[in-house]
Formats: sequence, C-alpha cells, structure tokens
Amino acid sequence: MTSDQALTRYLLRLGDNALILAQRLSELVASGPELEEELATANFALDYLGQARMFYSRACELEGAGRTEDDMAFLRGEREFENLLLLEQPNHHFGDTIVRQVLFDSFYLLQLEALINCGDQGLADIAARAHKEIRYHLRHSSQWLVRLGDGTDKSHARVQESLHRLWRYSGELFDGDAVDEILRQEFNGPDLVSIREQWRAGLQTLLATATLTVPEDQWMDSGGRQGRHTEHFGYLLAEMQYLQRSFPGASW
Amino acid sequence: MYTQGLDQKGENAGRRLDDAGLLAAFQARIDAEEKIEAKDWMPDAYRRTLIRQISQHAHSEIIGMQPEGNWLTRAPSLRRKAILLAKVQDEAGHGLYLYSAAETLGTSRGQMVADLLSGKAKYSSIFNYPTLTWADIGAIGWLVDGAAIMNQIPLCRCSYGPYARAMVRICKEESFHQRQGFEIMLMLSRGSAEQKAMAQDALNRWWWPSLMMFGPGDADSKHSAQSMAWKIKRFSNDELRQKFVDVTVPQAEFLGIRVPDDDLKFNAQTGHYEFGEIDWQEFFDVLAGNGPCNRQRLEKRQRAHDDGAWVREAAHAYAEKHGQRAAA
Repeated sequence: MTSDQALTRYLLRLGDNALILAQRLSELVASGPELEEELATANFALDYLGQARMFYSRACELEGAGRTEDDMAFLRGEREFENLLLLEQPNHHFGDTIVRQVLFDSFYLLQLEALINCGDQGLADIAARAHKEIRYHLRHSSQWLVRLGDGTDKSHARVQESLHRLWRYSGELFDGDAVDEILRQEFNGPDLVSIREQWRAGLQTLLATATLTVPEDQWMDSGGRQGRHTEHFGYLLAEMQYLQRSFPGASW
Repeated sequence: MYTQGLDQKGENAGRRLDDAGLLAAFQARIDAEEKIEAKDWMPDAYRRTLIRQISQHAHSEIIGMQPEGNWLTRAPSLRRKAILLAKVQDEAGHGLYLYSAAETLGTSRGQMVADLLSGKAKYSSIFNYPTLTWADIGAIGWLVDGAAIMNQIPLCRCSYGPYARAMVRICKEESFHQRQGFEIMLMLSRGSAEQKAMAQDALNRWWWPSLMMFGPGDADSKHSAQSMAWKIKRFSNDELRQKFVDVTVPQAEFLGIRVPDDDLKFNAQTGHYEFGEIDWQEFFDVLAGNGPCNRQRLEKRQRAHDDGAWVREAAHAYAEKHGQRAAA
C-alpha cells in the first residue's frame, strides 16, 4: 500500500463513519423526547453528513479515478464500507443514542484534534472545521448523559444498560491497522495508543459525574476497518442506496 | 401558512363582554396599521383567533416533518439528503418560533401539544397525504410550500407583532424550500421516462390537496371577514388560491407535466386561469380524520411523546436535584 493509497482509505473511513452516523440520526427525525432535541438531532446529522461529503470529496480527488461522493455513498457494497461497528448500531431508545454519541464523539474529537496538524492539508482543513462541530456535539451529548445518569432511578438504569450494551464496540475505536500506522508515520496522524488513554480518562470523569459505572472490559467486537459488519448494516445500506440502485445512472 | 381557517366558531362570544370604547380604540390602531404587542389590550376573540391560528400553524410545521422525514434515509444523493435534512430542521425551528409566538398570548407549549395529541387542535390536512415516491418530496416543496408562501407573505404584515415578526424569518426559509422542491421536479422532468412519470404522478396526487390548503371558498368561509377586519388576514381564501394557480400552472408547463384538471384554461380577458371544481367532500373527510395518514401522523407524535417521557422526567429530576444542591 502506497502512502497515498493509505491516505485515501483513511479518508474513506472517516467519510463512512460520518455518513453512517448521519444516516442513523436521520432516522430519528420527528421522534425526539423534546422539540429542541429533534432540532439538535437534525442539526448533528447535517454536520456529520457535511463532514462525510468533504472526506469523500478529498478521497475522490486523491484517488483520481473520476468517482464522486455519491459513488462512494450509494454504489459501494457492504464489504467496501469501513465504518466503525458502533455507528451502525440501531437507535433503540434515547439512552442508546446518547451513549453511542458520547463513546464515538469523545474518540472522534481526539482523532480530529490530531488530524488538524496532519501532513495532508486537505484533510487538516476538514478536521479543523469538523472539530468545532464535534466539540459542540460532545458537550450536548455529555450533558444528556449526566442528566440521564443522575436523573431518576429509571433513567440511571436504562443508560447504564445502554453503556453495557454498546461497550463491546468501543475496543475497535483504537484497534488500528496498517492504514492507521501509515497515517501516523508518514502524515503525522493520530497515535491511537495515546488517544485511548486520553479517551478513557475523559470518559471516566464524565461517567463519574453521571454516577455511572465504567463497564468492565469484556469481549470486544471488531471488523469495521475490514468491512466486516454487524447484521444491521445490510439493511441500512439497502434503504440508503435504494433509489440509486433502482435507477442506475439517473441524475437527481 | 397551514391554518386553513379551521374550526371557526364561537368567536363572537367575547365581543359583547369587551368594553365598546376599548374595542373602538383597538380597531383604530389596527386601521392605522399599528402592531398589537403581547402586553397591549386586545379583545378575547382576537386573542383566541390568533392562538388557534398560530398553534395550528406550529402543529403543521411539526407534523409536516413526518412526510418529508419519510425520505431522509432514502434521498438519492448526498446533496439532496443534506438539503432535505436542513429543510426538516427548519420546520422544527419554525414550530419552535410559532409556539413561542403563541405563548405570548397566554397559552403554553404543553397545552398546545396536548391539544394536538388529543385531536382537539388541527393542523394542515395536506400532511395527511403520504409521500410515496421521491418525486413527492419535490411536489411538497414546489406545491405545498409554494401554497404556504402565498398565505404567509401577507402574514408578515399581520396586525399581531410577534406573529408578523416570526413570519418574516419563516418566509425567507420557505422560499428556499419552494425553490429546492421545484429543482427536484426540474431534474425529474429532464430525466429518464421513469423519472418524468414519477414527477407527473406526484403532480396528479398533490395538485388538488394543494388547492385545498387555502381553505373553503369565500362563500363558505364565514369568519374570514372578522380576520380581515383585524388584519390578521389580508386576502381571501379564493384570492390566494387564484394567485397560486396563476403562478403555478406556467411552472407546470415549463416542467412539461400536465396539471390534472380537464377544466383548466386561461382566460385572456381576466388574465387568470379558470380551474375545475374542488372536491370539498375530500377536504372535509380528511379534516374529520379520514385521510390516508391522519392516524399514523398523530400516533407517531404520540409515540415520540410517550417514549420521551422518561427522558423529560430525568431532566426535571436532575434539574431539581442540582437546583436544590446549589441552593443549599
């Protein structure tokens, strides 16, 4: 793998993460616990979608094969997406959504922070922009995690359960492969080992404030970076790609 | 506007109770095009009319998120998905401004939402029609938001200040919504035969319900006169409907799709299009709850409300706990 190939793949992964989370969040429109929350969810989905489009566009530019952001989103198959498994998990209830947001965004924020100084200017510029958005998202979802954790007995139990349910997808966040390694060595990319330490420390503080317990490190699921997904993913893709697949070559 | 001039009854009851002098001074301010503000004296009937109209409008924005939300996960390109998400987000925002504007009249959002969920309050019946294909998203923007703008532009000059000011911002966003809808229709009508058929089918299904959005004909709209005198309403239902038809028919011609009305013709003498009879029975049926999606729309809203109860309770409990700790 050349360094440009690794960079392209890394950008695609960032795009996949952002797109799949945007897709999950957009399922939640018109079903929030408060109107303000519906507005926030749509707003967050829009931010991730905007980021996905920028990552894909930069990846397409580097690839130089004439593919577009829509080719990436709508014409790749299940095994070609390399998003984290955490992000494709179904929404379930509000507590699950918030835990998914906190687990991912507290990692993503650190990842973006490191990428602001990376060796590819295109990626660094996108990271700087995304970082501002994600900082706000994390503040919002962290506040909810605290309210739910330290709210009623019911909310505490529910969100603790969400944490247990989704914890098994958190190991993969730091489970880097050759692509991550090339990024780190040749593009001054994130060091996943140090990010993991910062992530754990931050999360421990947050969970303590929320009166929640950090789950024990159990068996961790993984496979996103290799395009090996959970069963939920095929349905997500089938729904998202349906029009492009039904009318090949059409413009919309 | 998605208010249709619905459930207009009992508006005269308050009037006789109000002092004649106050009423005359109030009307004089309206006639002088002054804005009425939240703390100003106003007749009860004026207040009730506005609460009803503004809350109906807010509910329509909120319920209107559903038929469009139905296509968010299936939008055919990332650009379209982003535009649709932004539009749905705008609608939630419009709902929020409008609930706030209505609250200045002495009601609460909780009460308004309860009235929506119980079926007591209405919302625009256009949102009780289903979005079956992607072209419906185009048709909603083009026709439904197009009709809404016809109604809403005059509301920017409504006599009640908070409503008028909310409408200025809403109208700017609605005009973007209308343009994106037309653009979807344009792409489809310039696309493959299947896409063009999709656009035609959407026009066939959305045309008549869009005309109904302006509410009953002037002869049957008994309370329009009072709303006109109060300058809540500036044009009659039929005037606005005619304006909509006059603007929209040439757009359909430009798209190369046919308006589903055999009686439609341009009258060169009047400069207006003449159109066929609206099926008012369908309008009143949908209004009475017998539309394709009435039940589904309210059930979804109710489910969101019920599913969110534990979250709202947690937020209250947290605020109370920490408010008490801070005070201690």
